[in-house]
Formats: sequence, structure tokens, C-alpha cells
Amino acid sequence: MRALCWHGKDDVRVENVPDPQIINPRDAIIKVTSTAICGSDLHLYDGYIPTVEAGDILGHEFMGEVVELGREVKNLKIGDRVVVPFPISCGNCFFCKRGLWSCCDNSNPNAWMAEKLWGYSPCGIFGYSHLTGGYAGGQAEYVRVPFADVGPMKVPDGMDDEQVLFLTDIFPTGYMAAEACDIQPGDTVAVWGAGPVGQFALKSARLLGAERVIAIDRQPERLELARRESDAETINFDELPVLDTLKELTGGRGPDAVIDAVGLEAHGGSPDALYDRAKAAAFMETDRGHALREAIIACRKGGTVSIPGVYGGFVDKIPMGAVMNKALTFKTGQTHVHRYLRPLLERIERDEINPAFVITHRLNLDEAAHGYEIFKKKQDNCIKVVLRP
Amino acid sequence: MAATERETLSRSADSRQPPRSLAAQQQNVGTLERWISAFGGGALTAYGLLQRSALGGALAASGGYLVYRGVAGNCLGYRALGVNTARHPGVVSVRQAVSITKSPAELYEFWRNFENLPCFMDHLESVTVQGDKRSHWVAKAPAGMTVAWDANITDEHPKELISWHSAPDADIENWGTVRFVAEPEDRGTVVHVELEYRPPAGKLGAAVARLFGEEPNQQVQEDLRRFKRLMETGEIPTIEGQPRGTRSPLGKILSPRS
Repeated sequence: MRALCWHGKDDVRVENVPDPQIINPRDAIIKVTSTAICGSDLHLYDGYIPTVEAGDILGHEFMGEVVELGREVKNLKIGDRVVVPFPISCGNCFFCKRGLWSCCDNSNPNAWMAEKLWGYSPCGIFGYSHLTGGYAGGQAEYVRVPFADVGPMKVPDGMDDEQVLFLTDIFPTGYMAAEACDIQPGDTVAVWGAGPVGQFALKSARLLGAERVIAIDRQPERLELARRESDAETINFDELPVLDTLKELTGGRGPDAVIDAVGLEAHGGSPDALYDRAKAAAFMETDRGHALREAIIACRKGGTVSIPGVYGGFVDKIPMGAVMNKALTFKTGQTHVHRYLRPLLERIERDEINPAFVITHRLNLDEAAHGYEIFKKKQDNCIKVVLRP
Repeated sequence: MAATERETLSRSADSRQPPRSLAAQQQNVGTLERWISAFGGGALTAYGLLQRSALGGALAASGGYLVYRGVAGNCLGYRALGVNTARHPGVVSVRQAVSITKSPAELYEFWRNFENLPCFMDHLESVTVQGDKRSHWVAKAPAGMTVAWDANITDEHPKELISWHSAPDADIENWGTVRFVAEPEDRGTVVHVELEYRPPAGKLGAAVARLFGEEPNQQVQEDLRRFKRLMETGEIPTIEGQPRGTRSPLGKILSPRS
């Protein structure tokens, strides 16, 4: 089959590789019909996540048709159309039983590696480095799905791929980030990063009753999309001072909740962002934390800092004094996608949202390397790339 | 998964075992070795201080540590390696625990049929039950060698614990206890393993050392992790056998199995 393989920084290639096989009794093989490039895939593409190996198949947003089932998968049939959550979860452990699906104790074969870095291991993730299991991803013609009796959800007939594909990651990720803000009537929510997850965070905050949402980015096309789709107020951080502008927009109080949908590769020209660049280049810091720092300072007293953005290692100069003295609440985590599949499918069915609004590019799998490049460089107004094998 | 201090204390209160003070627990260096360590360390410190150089300072610091190790009987290096020369000379001790969302009865049942153990204990080739209390164990060793021993159950409380000791003619003398302790509020069971073995001398000893690697605690921890996964999910998650693209030569060396 054809699959998109990682070969190094800025180097991904579609190669012919063997087809996947059933390995364990709870596996399924899915023939991929649609798959997407995630903003977090760019962290791999940019070489920011350790333990990716040359030849690893990427991709954790994918859906398709069941073509083979392990003997213990009883709830699916050959031919079922399914969306597959990006976290691999067993459904049996302490964490899965509590709905903390992305904290599954059992799905990461390399748990020892993650334990060295983080104390305990999160779940395995498709196509996202060996730290989270080294599972072959879904930017391919076929993919092996472990614990297929727990993760995949059947898609109702009559809904097309683009309506439901983003249930695999970015819609639940934006939604969980907004839900974490515990939005009350009249609240203002500010979102750093108006990429796909930021867009879903803005839209979800609206669905959950936010009075105002504010998007912070520097790409005009992303800010335009946020204004159009979520009726957001926007701040272009290349043109306006973010903290002062937020203060003014909120009458000096600050946003009730802030969402960091940027993560470990924050851009910016402020002194702390330059400090991060220098330190990361010298391998003295792994993650660049400008967006997170700014969000913490901007948040109102007693507010919530919600962090769907991906971090991998260590961030310097976290203003802990602001966190403590302003009585802030932190909420974060890899998304517990399984928890949101049905409720969000229902919102799509009720026409409250059509997740396809973020798609700007539709490419063949063979053009995946080009997709990565334009997404990274934000060329051709690229916001979200969907690939078809 | 590592055993905690709290658990150590609560275990001391366990009526089945004689109480041991925390200080005694921390001693892991034998008596003769402590004398050598203390005097050798003292001499090294004196020598190092007389040098009045950076190297001398380092020697003095090393000497100081040896003195501490001798006086306190506590070696941090031994602790990291799971070695304890205080209790039994040459004995390696391993202690690990894992929590599993199954009842003590289910876990005990599976474990008590020792023939099940090779499916999650990586280094075991086979276990043959030979009688109610006796079983024959074969473990893989490097270069196609195997080590074998008979083991006898020395103590057993259904759903609670199993203790064993190898028979006198074992290739590798080993003994230990596995305990199944129910957690509160349906959280499942904590499985505690305490295991000690005396690596044999000579060529076989070297093979055994390689078999358990430099970190026997890590080996047992991974065995218990596979046990947990098998019990909770019915399978052991793996990526062995999945497809991948062209690999770099370095990648082939770093992880030859995937």
C-alpha cells in the first residue's frame, strides 16, 4: 500500500510499504477513505518531537471502511464506515473506566519511555512518535486499529466524510478546551492560535454560550475565518499589542478564560519569544512558551487557562506568580476523544456545526508532502488539508 | 509502580513477617565490605586532600562517599542496581508492584497456574507443574543457553499470597513472595512481587547476569506491566509486525524488533 512516511525534518515521502495485518485479537484493519494533516503533525515535520524514526507512517486523523476484524471485535462488521479517535484506549483500565481515555494505562507499548520523561505514560497515539507507542498512522491506504471494539464509531449513512472526519481529533480537541473553561453567561473567551483547533475552540465556546470570543493570530485568512464562522473579535499580534488590546476589549478585567491553541512552537517577536528561540536552538529548552505565558498574564483573576496546544518537554519562565496570585485554574490534556464522539456527532446531525468549514485544501495522498509544506508555510491561505488515498 | 516507603512501613506491621526498622531496610552493604569501604575511603580522602588540586578534591569527595557508605551501610549504586550485600552476600533483590483492575481471586488464579507465567514473563521459556507444591522452571539465557530449576511453594494463602523457594540443586537459587492486595472502592488489586536470587559463579553466572540485564527491577516491572495488560485487556499491546517505510541504518540498530 502507499503510506506517508517521515524521514527527517521537513522530509516526508509517500512510499510503498507492506499492508498492515491483524496482530492482536482486538485489532481491525481500516481502508482509509479520508485522512487529514493535523497541526500537531507539523511538530513532527519540524523535528520538535523526539523518538520519531525514519520510515514511521504518520497520521492520526483518519476514517474509512472496516475490511478485516480480529476475533474479539464483536461490535463492528466488515464494510462498516467508521471514524477512529486518535488516542488508542483499552476501555478496561482505571483511567478508561473514568472516561480519561487519553490516559489509558495499557495502549502504549513504550510506556517505559514516556515514564522516564513524564513520570507516567499517556495512551498510545497513531503515528505520533515512539514515545506514544510508535503505532503506524492513518495517512495511508490501510491502517491497523488496536482495541477496535472500543474506539471506532460507526457513521450514519448519508453523512459524507468531510462532515465527520474531524471527530477524530480537532473538533473534540477544540470542544474539550472550551468545555474546560466552564463558560458562564456573559463570559469572554480568548483563544491564542486561529488554526484548525483554535477555530473549533472558538466555535465550541460559542456553542457553550460564550458572550464574546476573541481570536489571536497573525494570519489574515485565519482571523477572517474566525470572524466569519464564530463571529469572533480578532487581534493580529503583528499589528496590535495583545495584552493592552485584550485589556481594553474587556474593560480592564481580562478574558474570563483563555485557551492556548498554539503549543510548543509559538511564534512572536517579543523578548521572551526570542529568548525561547535562542534557548531551544541551543537545546537548553525543548518547548517555546510565548503563547502560554501571554495567555496566563492576560487571564482575569480567578479565570481558567485551558491548554489544548501540544507540549512535549520543558518550558522556561512560566509566570507561576501570576498563576498563584490571580487564583487561576489550569486545564489541559490530550483529548479524551471517545467521550465526545456521540455528543458531537449529534450536534453535527442537528446542524449546529458543519466541521468542514476549516477545510481549504483537498489533495490526493500522493500529494501529501506538498500538503505538509503549504500547511507549514501557510502558503495559498492553507488552513486545513484533507487527503484522499 | 515502584514500592513506596509507606508500603514498606505497613508491611513491617504485617504479622506474617518480622518487623524491620527503616534504618535496617536501608542497609544494603555487607559487614566486611563496610569496613573496607570506610577505611579505604578515609585513606582516599586524606590522600586527596594532600594533593591540593582539582583531581585531589575529586578523590577526597569520592573517599568521603566511601566513608559514608561504610559507616551507614547504604550504597546508592547498589540500590539503583537492586543489589544488597548486607542481607545475603551476592544476592540480588527486586521489589515491584502494579495495580490491576481485577479481583485478587482472578489474579491469584491465573498466577497460581505457573504454566501461564511464560506468556508475560519475557525471560521464561516454560514452567511445568509437577505436583501440588513443586514445579520445574526453564529460563532463556543468551547464546541459546537455558537455566533451569525446581521450585517449591513454601507458603500459600489462596487469593492472598504465594511464596516459593528453589530446590537445593537449582542452577540459580531464588526465592520470593507475590502478594495480591485488594484496593478500596472496586479499584482492583495491587500485586506486590518481592524476589531475590543468588547469581551462580562462572560462565553460567555471567549468562544469568546478562539474562536479567543491569536493571533487574526494570525487567520485573516490564513483566508486571505485561501481566496487567493481559489481565485487563486480554492481550499485550505491541507494534511488532506492523508496516513501515524505508528505515535509516541507525534506526535499524536502535530498534531492530519493530
